[in-house]
Amino acid sequence: MDILSQLFAGLSLGSVLLLAALGLALTFGQMGVINMAHGEFMMAGAYTAFVVQGVVSGAGVSLLVALPLGFVVGGLLGLLLEATLIHRMYARPLDTLLVTWGVALVLQQVARDVFGAPNVDVSAPTWLSGAVEIGGLALPRTRLFILGLAVACVVALTLLLRATPLGRRIRAVVQNRDLAESSGISSRTTDRITFFLGSGLAGIAGVALTLLGSVGPTLGTSYIVDAFLVVVAGGIGQIKGTVVAALSLGMMQAFFEYSTTASVAKVLVFVAVVAFLQVRPQGLVSARTRSLA
Amino acid sequence: MTVLDKLLAPGRPRVLLGFALAAVLLLAVAPVVLSPFRLGLLGKFLCLAMVAVGIGLAWGRGGLLTLGQGVYFGLGAYIMAMHLKLADAGPDGVPDFMLLYGTGEVPAWWEPMRSPGLALLLIVLVPAALAGLLGWAVFTRRVRGAYFAILSQALAAAFAILLIGQQQTTGGTNGLNGFRGFFGYDLSDPANQRMLYLIAAVVLLVMVAVVRQLTVSRFGELLVAVRDGEDRVRFLGYDPAAVKTVAYVVAAVMAAIGGALFVPIVGIISPADVGVVPSIGFLIGVAIGGRASLLGPVLGSIAVSWAQTSISEQFPSGWIYFQGALFIGVVAFLPGGLASLATRRRRRATSDDDGPDDPAARPAPQPAPEGSTP
Repeated sequence: MDILSQLFAGLSLGSVLLLAALGLALTFGQMGVINMAHGEFMMAGAYTAFVVQGVVSGAGVSLLVALPLGFVVGGLLGLLLEATLIHRMYARPLDTLLVTWGVALVLQQVARDVFGAPNVDVSAPTWLSGAVEIGGLALPRTRLFILGLAVACVVALTLLLRATPLGRRIRAVVQNRDLAESSGISSRTTDRITFFLGSGLAGIAGVALTLLGSVGPTLGTSYIVDAFLVVVAGGIGQIKGTVVAALSLGMMQAFFEYSTTASVAKVLVFVAVVAFLQVRPQGLVSARTRSLA
Repeated sequence: MTVLDKLLAPGRPRVLLGFALAAVLLLAVAPVVLSPFRLGLLGKFLCLAMVAVGIGLAWGRGGLLTLGQGVYFGLGAYIMAMHLKLADAGPDGVPDFMLLYGTGEVPAWWEPMRSPGLALLLIVLVPAALAGLLGWAVFTRRVRGAYFAILSQALAAAFAILLIGQQQTTGGTNGLNGFRGFFGYDLSDPANQRMLYLIAAVVLLVMVAVVRQLTVSRFGELLVAVRDGEDRVRFLGYDPAAVKTVAYVVAAVMAAIGGALFVPIVGIISPADVGVVPSIGFLIGVAIGGRASLLGPVLGSIAVSWAQTSISEQFPSGWIYFQGALFIGVVAFLPGGLASLATRRRRRATSDDDGPDDPAARPAPQPAPEGSTP
């Protein structure tokens, strides 16, 4: 039984990581933009849930309202960022990291000034309280909901990329920007839509996180490093890699934590990723290109 | 050639002049005109500037965006702090906080820090070994650009979390503080504080000279070449991984020495000084001053530290907005930093037959990240 509960802890942690990293993988993969403000978009999603809870009575309804609204809030923030700053800097991917870090600092302080520095709580709906009992194993409903949400996001994103004209355009731009451009695809528009989608996913992740703990201005910082590690280990350009990497890192963290402590587990996960990059420097799955190196 | 010969070489009077001016200001003027409190503050800024000098070499010249210098700063600082704690406790004594939180026994890995000489050696060796190991591991496998930046950042996160988690042996969130002596000198004596400041100033000046020496050497040329076209350097028969690792190790050692001097001057080191946020904070001064110039990182770093102290005294939340705006403004609109303004004006003044300007002094053209279309 013990191994099973560890397995579920890892799966649960992995699904949270997956939600955080999915949007990041999309923007990083398509545009090479390292968006350090992604964590703050998650924070914005979380605060959206907090605000919605104040307006809509009934925690059950408010969660269902907050999810799409969080997507829109995160997406619009991303769109704004792309339109004002990022689009000037596509030739300088490393500098986007520092610029978006500046944006992240500002957003954190805005949250502190608007909502106050102390954390606020979002109450979970009654239909998510308690746990499901399977074979003597108590699985918290909130964790199962987040797992389901992660699966839904992956499925939706995969369908979008595989089966729609928009998805085809996005994939074309990822694989060869110039060729896509000369086939009549506007890479500008595609970039904007991708950024909206990726940032929107951060908003959804933020809403989901309110089920696990309280919401504070530094919510994003605590997830951004792990999310980036997932993207690096997973490789760029493919959802598959992100999914596998998120779940593996979640599992590893849970198992290391079980045998050591949470802080040592973090270090071990980091060492494992560096060691893994020795074998596959491009990450687990990488888009095939004709670039040198 | 010695450092001095290089500095005195013809054609570089401006560098020598700037260096001499900085030396006079730091060593002669500051201790006389500043109050002991302000002098201590300046000493702290100088320690942070040492980290910036290293970043200038690794990032400005080598294009290695390192987001984890807090780790090396922290390693130097914690090793120094452990030594000071053990020295305060006396031979075979136990530091006070260990009696408070923990078992009341000095762990085995603290013991080497009892010896002053060994502690000083470890301040250099431990960060150098870690940076060498990580650098070699990632650079030989051609992990670069954004991947390297993210890995170095993850290292900083893991390091800070590790320090917080080990409260009995590292002081946890509180860190290590309350040092009374420094290699036999009483830290509460203003004269000794002034001596510490002078040590920091001399060390910083030496570091700037070392970086200058490195950049005019063949190694410096290779470093810039690796930044601008790694594959071409490889095709010419050099090993880019070795060049990058050396630059990364030098930057790490400089950060560690800065950390080691930070401890006696400021009197505390805690995880809040070494995590992800301060690690990225080190970059802003370098970016503002001009990442690829010699003195830009130093001046930028000191200016930012000074601005932080004076702004956050007045408006506690104002500094965060200001810092964010600096990151956005400078990096997006003035990637060469303030130093590039001077270069630009000079070039315009001699615009008719502008010879090739120093390519090493431009910020890096950046390769597309792995996996995306070139």
